[in-house]
Amino acid sequence: MHKEFLMGNEAIALGALAAGVQVVAGYPGTPSTEVLETVAKRKPKDVYVEWSVNEKAAMEVAAGAAYAGARSMVTMKQVGLNVASDPLMSLEYVGVKGGMVVLVADDPGPISSQTEQDTRTFAGFSKVPIFDPSSVAEAYAMVRDAFELSERLGSPVFLRPTTRVDHGYEAIDVLEESEWEHRTPEGFVKDSSRWVIFPRLSTANHAKIERRNQELSKELSASRYNFVTPAAKDAGKRGIATHGISYTYVCDSLPEDARPSILRVGTPFPFPEELARDYLDGLDEVLCVEELDPVIERALIQVCGKYHLATRIRGKLTGDVAPSGENTVESVGEALRRFLKPGSDGPSRSAADKAMEAPQLPIRPPVLCAGCPHRASFYAVKAAMRGKKTIYCGDIGCYTLGNARPLDMVDTCLCMGAGISIAQGVYRVEPDTTCFAFVGDSTFFASGITGAVNAYYNQANLTIVVLDNSTTAMTGHQPHPGIGRTMMDEVVQAVSIERVLRAIGLTTVETVDPLDHVRAVDTVRRVAQEPGVKAIIFKSPCVVLERPLGGCAIDAQACVGCKRCIRELGCPAISLADNKAVIDAAQCTGCTLCKQLCPTKAIHTIGDKTAGGR
Amino acid sequence: MTDNVILCGVGGQGTVLASKLLAASAMDRGLPVKTAETIGMSQRGGSVFSHVRIGEGAASPLIGRGRADLVIAFEPAEAARQLPFLRDGGTLVVSDRPIVPVSATVGGPAYDLEAIMAYLRKSVKHLVVVDAQRAAADLGSTKCLNVVLLGAAVRAGALNLTPQDIEGAVRRLVPARFLDLNLKALNWG
Repeated sequence: MHKEFLMGNEAIALGALAAGVQVVAGYPGTPSTEVLETVAKRKPKDVYVEWSVNEKAAMEVAAGAAYAGARSMVTMKQVGLNVASDPLMSLEYVGVKGGMVVLVADDPGPISSQTEQDTRTFAGFSKVPIFDPSSVAEAYAMVRDAFELSERLGSPVFLRPTTRVDHGYEAIDVLEESEWEHRTPEGFVKDSSRWVIFPRLSTANHAKIERRNQELSKELSASRYNFVTPAAKDAGKRGIATHGISYTYVCDSLPEDARPSILRVGTPFPFPEELARDYLDGLDEVLCVEELDPVIERALIQVCGKYHLATRIRGKLTGDVAPSGENTVESVGEALRRFLKPGSDGPSRSAADKAMEAPQLPIRPPVLCAGCPHRASFYAVKAAMRGKKTIYCGDIGCYTLGNARPLDMVDTCLCMGAGISIAQGVYRVEPDTTCFAFVGDSTFFASGITGAVNAYYNQANLTIVVLDNSTTAMTGHQPHPGIGRTMMDEVVQAVSIERVLRAIGLTTVETVDPLDHVRAVDTVRRVAQEPGVKAIIFKSPCVVLERPLGGCAIDAQACVGCKRCIRELGCPAISLADNKAVIDAAQCTGCTLCKQLCPTKAIHTIGDKTAGGR
Repeated sequence: MTDNVILCGVGGQGTVLASKLLAASAMDRGLPVKTAETIGMSQRGGSVFSHVRIGEGAASPLIGRGRADLVIAFEPAEAARQLPFLRDGGTLVVSDRPIVPVSATVGGPAYDLEAIMAYLRKSVKHLVVVDAQRAAADLGSTKCLNVVLLGAAVRAGALNLTPQDIEGAVRRLVPARFLDLNLKALNWG
C-alpha cells in the first residue's frame, strides 16, 4: 500500500488493474475519458487496451473477453451507454464468465453532454447491478468489488461515478503493483445453449435474473456501501437519504453534532430494501437528496407502500429538491435547512449581495481555438454559399462550437453521427435546400459511416463535409482508425476516410486544406452543385496537437479598423484596441486565415512556419 | 480546520497545474487535500475553476459560496465571477490582465475592465493585484503567470504554506527546462 494523489478516473483505472483486469475498451467522452487513458499509462504489458470506434463496439469487445473468462472493463460517458445499450440489454440475459465492469460516467448539469440521463435508472431498466461512489477512495474500492460481484453473478456490473467524483482529486491508499491480482482465464468454452441468445434462453434467464436481483437486494442490505449513520441529536424523527457526491454536500452542510440519521445508498439497484425498511421504521419524514433522477426517493416510497410504513418521503417528487441540474453545496444546504428548520432564515445574504452588485460581466462560452482549422472550414462553406438557401447539420465534437456567432454554421446537433441523416430528412421535405452535414473524423468512424451509406443508398442530395483534424480533439486528443496508431502504441495501417466514402459509391470526394481559403471556397462551390451524395474532406491538423511556431501580426498603420477579421471569424486571438484590430501573439498560431481576408493587406506573417506562405 | 482555495481563469491559462502545485505543497506538509477540476468543453476558452481544500474536515471536493478563504484569479472578469465564493474577510489575488472573449467583440456583453477592477477594490479588503504585464516583461514569458500568482498568494499570508513549500512542489512537478523560469516566477514581485 502507498498513498497517491489521484483523480477519481485514475483511481478507477488503478482499481481495475489491481483487480486483474485484462481487457479494457472504451470510447472517449467527458467525464469518463481519463479512466482508459490511465489504464494505458499504468498497465502491465499483458493488459490489452483499445479505443474502440464507438461504445457499442467497445461493449462487445469487453463482453467477448469476459466470455473467454478474463476480467474486462468498458468505459464511456452516459450518452455512450445509449449507443452501447443494444449489446448490454442482451448481454444481461446471456451473462458473462469473467468479471465485467461497465464504467459509465454521468454528467449532472450537464457540463459537457447532451442529456442529464441517470445511469442508476438505466440499471433498473437493464437489470444490471450498479455501484454509485461518493468519493475517489470509494470509487477505487468499488471497482474491485464490482469485478467480484460480476464474476459471482455471471452478470455485467455498472460502476457509475459522476463528474465531481471523476474529476475530483484525493490522496488515497492504493495497492503496490506487486499486490495486483494476476489471473489465468479459462478461455472460451463452446456451449451454444449458453452463448447464443434465443427466445428460449431469454425466457429462462429472465426469470433467473429477477430471482437473483431479489436475493441480491437482501445481500446488499448488509453491504458496506449501503449504511446508516445514526443521528447525532434528536432530529425530531427526521432522516436524510442520499448518495454519490451529494452525500458529501450533506456532510459539509451539517456539523457532525447536528446531523440527523443518514441513509447513504451506494448500490441503488438492486435497492437495499431491508436496510431501507429498518431505517424508515420509526421516522416521520425522510428527505431524499439526489442528483438527476429520484431513484432512491421512488424506492423508498415503494418500501413504505410494501411494508405499510407511515413515513413521509420528500425530495424531487414533492418539490423539496430541484428536479434537474447539478446539486451544489448551496442547493443541498438550503434543502436541508428548509427540511430541518422550516421557517428559519436562510443563510446570510452577503454572497448573494456581492453577486447583485457585480458589474455586467462578459460571457465566456467555449470557443474554437485561435488557428483552429474548423473555423476556416466553416468560413469557406459560409463564403461559398452566401445568399443560398442552406442547412448546416452539425455533429458532436469541438466543431459543435461552430454554432457561435459570428460563424453561426451549426443549425442542428443531436447526437453522434446524426448530422448526415438529419440532413437527409430535411432534404426530403425541402428538396430546394442545399444540405450540408459536418462531421469530424472520429465521429465519422463512430457512427457517420452508417449515415453516409444510408444517404447514398436512399438517393439523398447532400454534401458531407468531413472536418479531419487527425485526432479526437474535444476529449483530449485520442487516436482513432484514421490515424494509424493504437492505444497499444502500435503503428498500423490507417483507415482512409476518402477510400471509405469512395467504396460506399460516392464519386465526388475532394480533399482540401481549409486554410487555403480561395481553393477551399472554390471546392465547396463546385462540389455542392453536383447531384446526389458527395463529400469534401477538409484536412488540417488540430492546432493544440500541432502547436505551430508561426504567427501573424497587424500593421496598425495599414489597418483601417473595418473589423472584417473580427466580424467574420471570431478568432479569440484578435481583438480591438483604439479602433484597430490587434493580434495576441500568445494565442496566434499563424493560420493566416485573417491575412487572406484583410481588404487592406494589413496582416502579415511573422516567424518562418509558413515559409512559402499562403 | 480546512483552508478553502479557489483558482479561476480562462481555459488554457494553467489553473490546473497551479492547483496541483498547491495540493502537492500541502501534502508535503502532511495535510490531507481534496480538489475539483473543470475538464472538458470549458477548457476551450471558457471560464474554468479549480477548488482546493486543504486540511481535515472536508467531505466534498467543492467549496460552497461564501466559504473560500482565498481566491486566486488569473483574469479580472473571472475574479468578479467567482467573488461570491469568497468569505467575508477572505483574500483575493488577481492578475490585472484581461482576456477579452470573442463574444464581447461581436455584440455580447462588453468587457468593462475599469468597472470590474473598481468592483473588486470595493468588495474585497484583502486584495492583491498582480501586474501581469510587468511580470511577463521581467520574466520574459507569459506562461508562468500561475506560479507568479501562487507566489503572491503565499507572500500575502493567505495560505498556511511557505514559499519553500511551493518551491518543493515546483521542483517536483515542473519540467526541468521550465524550472528556472518558474522558480523566478515564484519569487517575482
